[in-house]
Amino acid sequence: MKPFTYERANSPAQAAASASRVDGAKFVAGGTNLLDLMKLQIETPKHLIDVNGLGLDKIEETAEGGLRIGALVRNTDLASDKRVRKDFAVLSRALVAGANGQLRNQATTAGNLLQRTRCPYFYDTNQPCNKRQPGSGCGALQGFNRSHAIVGASDACIAVHPSDMAVAMRLLDAKVETVRADGAVRSIPIADFHRLPGDTPQVETALGAGELITSVTLPKPLGGAHFYRKVRDRASFAFALVSVAAVVQRDGSGRVALGGVAHKPWRVEAAEQKMPQGAKAVTAELLAGAKPTEQNAFKVAVVERTLGAVLAEAKG
Amino acid sequence: MKFDAPATTNPIDQLKVVGQPVDRIDGPLKTTGTARYAYERHDAVPNAAYGYVVGSAIAKGRIKSIDVAAAKAALGVLAIVTAENAGKLEKGRLNTAKLLGGPEIQHYHQAIAVVVAETFEQARDAGQMLRVDYDREQGSFDLRGGMDTAKPAGITAGPPDTAVGNFGSAFAAAPVQLDETYTTPDESHAMMEPHASTAAWDGDKLTIWTSNQMIAWGVGEVAKTLNMPKENVRLISPFVGGGFGAKLFVRSDAILAALGARAAGRPVKVTLQRALVINNTTHRPATIQRIRIGTTRDGKITAVGHESWSGDLTGGKPDGAVSQTRMLYAGADRMTATRLAALDLPESNAMRAPGEATGMMALEIAMDEMAERLGMDPIEFRILNDTQVVPDVASKPPSQDPQAINNREAQSPSKDKPFSQRQLVQCFRTGAERFGWDKRIAQPGQVRDGRWLVGIGVASAFRNNQLTKSAARVRLETDGTVTVETDMTDIGTGSYTIIGQTAAEMMGVPLQKVAVRLGDSSFPISSGSGGQWGGNNSTAGVYAACVKLREMVAQKLGFNSAEAAFSDGEVRAGNRAVPLADAARDGSLSAEDAIEYGDLDKKFQQSTFGAHFVEVVVDAATAEIRVRRMLAVCAAGRILNPKTARSQVIGAMTMGVGAALMEELVVDKRVGFFVNHDLASYEVPVHADIPHQDMIFLDETDPMSSPMKAKGVAELGICGVAAAVANAVYNATGVRVRDYPVTLDKLIAKLPAVG
Ligand SMILES: Cc1cc2nc3c(=O)[nH]c(=O)nc-3n(C[C@H](O)[C@H](O)[C@H](O)COP(=O)(O)OP(=O)(O)OC[C@H]3O[C@@H](n4cnc5c(N)ncnc54)[C@H](O)[C@@H]3O)c2cc1C
Ligand code: SF4
Repeated sequence: MKPFTYERANSPAQAAASASRVDGAKFVAGGTNLLDLMKLQIETPKHLIDVNGLGLDKIEETAEGGLRIGALVRNTDLASDKRVRKDFAVLSRALVAGANGQLRNQATTAGNLLQRTRCPYFYDTNQPCNKRQPGSGCGALQGFNRSHAIVGASDACIAVHPSDMAVAMRLLDAKVETVRADGAVRSIPIADFHRLPGDTPQVETALGAGELITSVTLPKPLGGAHFYRKVRDRASFAFALVSVAAVVQRDGSGRVALGGVAHKPWRVEAAEQKMPQGAKAVTAELLAGAKPTEQNAFKVAVVERTLGAVLAEAKG
Repeated sequence: MKFDAPATTNPIDQLKVVGQPVDRIDGPLKTTGTARYAYERHDAVPNAAYGYVVGSAIAKGRIKSIDVAAAKAALGVLAIVTAENAGKLEKGRLNTAKLLGGPEIQHYHQAIAVVVAETFEQARDAGQMLRVDYDREQGSFDLRGGMDTAKPAGITAGPPDTAVGNFGSAFAAAPVQLDETYTTPDESHAMMEPHASTAAWDGDKLTIWTSNQMIAWGVGEVAKTLNMPKENVRLISPFVGGGFGAKLFVRSDAILAALGARAAGRPVKVTLQRALVINNTTHRPATIQRIRIGTTRDGKITAVGHESWSGDLTGGKPDGAVSQTRMLYAGADRMTATRLAALDLPESNAMRAPGEATGMMALEIAMDEMAERLGMDPIEFRILNDTQVVPDVASKPPSQDPQAINNREAQSPSKDKPFSQRQLVQCFRTGAERFGWDKRIAQPGQVRDGRWLVGIGVASAFRNNQLTKSAARVRLETDGTVTVETDMTDIGTGSYTIIGQTAAEMMGVPLQKVAVRLGDSSFPISSGSGGQWGGNNSTAGVYAACVKLREMVAQKLGFNSAEAAFSDGEVRAGNRAVPLADAARDGSLSAEDAIEYGDLDKKFQQSTFGAHFVEVVVDAATAEIRVRRMLAVCAAGRILNPKTARSQVIGAMTMGVGAALMEELVVDKRVGFFVNHDLASYEVPVHADIPHQDMIFLDETDPMSSPMKAKGVAELGICGVAAAVANAVYNATGVRVRDYPVTLDKLIAKLPAVG
């Protein structure tokens, strides 16, 4: 950990302004990801802006019948909110499938969206990693990549985004609300929020420098049956090899999003047209152009079979 | 006390305290956070500075230069020790690579420096400021690639190769044959407490509060490494937060704490970060095992061959995966072979049941496969091939001199030696009934429960019992309480408790009147903890000292020691009863003795046996494997404390599930290191993975083992578990996985279509 200065911000605008004023500043929320990375000097912020006191910890109903989730709402609180459990069950299920109880008590909505990859080469500063040190190469590409991306990757990086929550939010077409240093606010559709690695895997989201997430909004409920199936080697406290989030309507139509397969939560709207035709058809389109490695080729089968099981269960 | 004739009736047989499931006496200290571990000795060392170990960034090659300027100038830094300024260091006898590397680098994360600073954060930050320039060399990191050039190498339990009869022709002639190859991966001990030490110098005398299983070995190793007399080294290790073999040896934390303290002129404490626990210290080596079994049509084994390949740094040792195959099943014509490939990975060494743990992973799948080929029940197949004598060359009893552990010569053949006790068949029969084995459907893939495919599997458990000298001092205090002192360690196993129980039984006092002090090199030298030898040997040493103390007490109180009975705080003979405390009226009485063994273990093979039963479910869609219930039946001599022994066995079963389903140190064969070097990526079972465990100890006393009539049990519990899981997965799915861990990617392509 490098020495850093610390500030407790009092308002979202002030936090964003401080961030743009001080070079190398970072927000800290639950700290469950950022502090680990600072200890390993993978992140080396010179200034930390604590956003825990911004009052962004409420879940409110929106005029459109959806929910506005404050950026600082803890994963546990979000997962157990009655409205979320009733109308957005897929989100609740995704959250409780993540990490463990202690971490979820501490982890925040914004922090979860912005957590960084678990690629082991990213975590070992002796190894090349384009995400950590642009231009140094990718340790995983020819190395250990069993848990890496099968779709949307590049020659520069094949890491996956590790979040469960974000997969459900992608399924629900959430929007990420932000404020910038100049006070300007914007609303970023979650589809555009996370990026594919391309040649710049170090750039992971659409956020500008110093841009603060204030909330995530969910549009009005979709109804239907909600599923979040997380496939992993051990029964709990493990990142997804693959996860499948789905909402299935009575008529067999629905939505599906995947975790553990790409640099971002993976959803292909066009593939959803195939839902009535079954998992094979949907998967073919969802993972069209997939380029798995020898070690992670099994993920294709996991996606198709897990989706198949979900669709079968939805049919009852 | 020399133990050279089978034990007869002795005070332990009263079983008033010994054999009772009492709570561990160190429990309250641990649950209240007042048991102080090596890194927390603020009480003894209030002013320790912090040392941070820097590991090599390359696996093989040389350091051209280390620029320490920035680190030295960093805030709070007190000293930096590298090979350049450390002075001459020897390599410990039990270490394969040097604990402080440079200029030559022998493996990834070999320690190359310790940075000492006022705070941990300062030391860590400065550690990351070292600029190291390396000359990389290409190393060998692939066990499979090294198989052809691998060389025979002896295992702890005997010679590399054995041969009885003519395996080749017997196997060729066998009407039913199996010839399969199995692999097991490198594994990390992953104990909760990382290696940690606090070191302080007083002139040329060094004290290290450390986390170590073998205190006397450790003293010798520290003295040798630092070129100093043993008398000037003191090791203190009263509490150890898990070891599993990782802490049999002195590692860089202890040596670098000592060197850092010398350089800083101040006590220094060092703990290894998890990444260094994995790549800097020892691990269980990967194996490739070929097993061939030939039988008659009705299932009698006529030929059995087991070859194993593993790798280590040059000068290291192979895994002893073939050792149980020399003893477990009958068969006239047999062979075993052990080959060691030179690899430039971090050094491998013992981990819980080294040898049998990996060997049984392979052998017990092979037995399951063979039973299937024969159309036999796997339990009946094993029972048919039970043997009451050693069919091959058995393991050699360990040397009496713990320092000589690496110098065990090949032993003489011990074929046809009888087992002191062998209840393998009873373990299976008892377990089969308790588990409901009769409900098993032999044809795989037949049982479905909703989304789950259900299967059950079984495997033998086998692990040797080892005898080794162990000493203790027992003191009757003036208030009538008893104090036991021995350098024995309690690595979470319950040593404090069973030692207390032994002294209480022998001296006729309640357990509350016994104080047990462990893990200090100023105490008599014990067996230490490892190889499941600690329980039997260390308590037998306490027994010996108590026998001596009883004689002193009897004499003091005017009893004939042969007639005196010690119970309820009194010494009695005939009509006379005197309070025990009276013997210490004029001052405490202290007795020291050791248990030393004759040749009973040469005349009788001492081993422990068991049977593991496992039910798994496999998700029909995702191929995720979950254990539903487990049962172990163990026959392992007298159980000194059924509660702590049960904890050991169910812990071992849990570790076996890890080996079966998830644990694997992944080797990057280009760079030469274990990639998943944290506990987020090296997965071990969590609570949700272990829903239900059951275990049974068969009644057994083994008069050949010691006056305690006990044997080891903590390693028996892991041996065979992984194979029972793998066999259950096969029974559930019909997919045979021979490469551990058994993960969903190895099954999914072969499962039936979904929906
Ligand atoms: C052992 C372990 C296991 C885990 N397992 C899982 C799992 O299975 N599934 C899963 O989904 N997650 C898992 N996690 C990750 C966990 O969900 C994240 O660590 C957590 O959600 C991060 O939230 P935080 O509030 O602590 O973020 P922080 O660590 O505080 O911040 C993370 C990042 O977000 C930025 N940030 C925070 N708030 C804002 C804001 N309002 N605006 C802009 N930027 C902001 C920070 O600057 C930082 O870059 C695991 C974590 C650990 C340590
Ligand atoms: S996959 Fe991405 S994160 Fe991993 S090493 Fe390659 S560049 Fe780095």
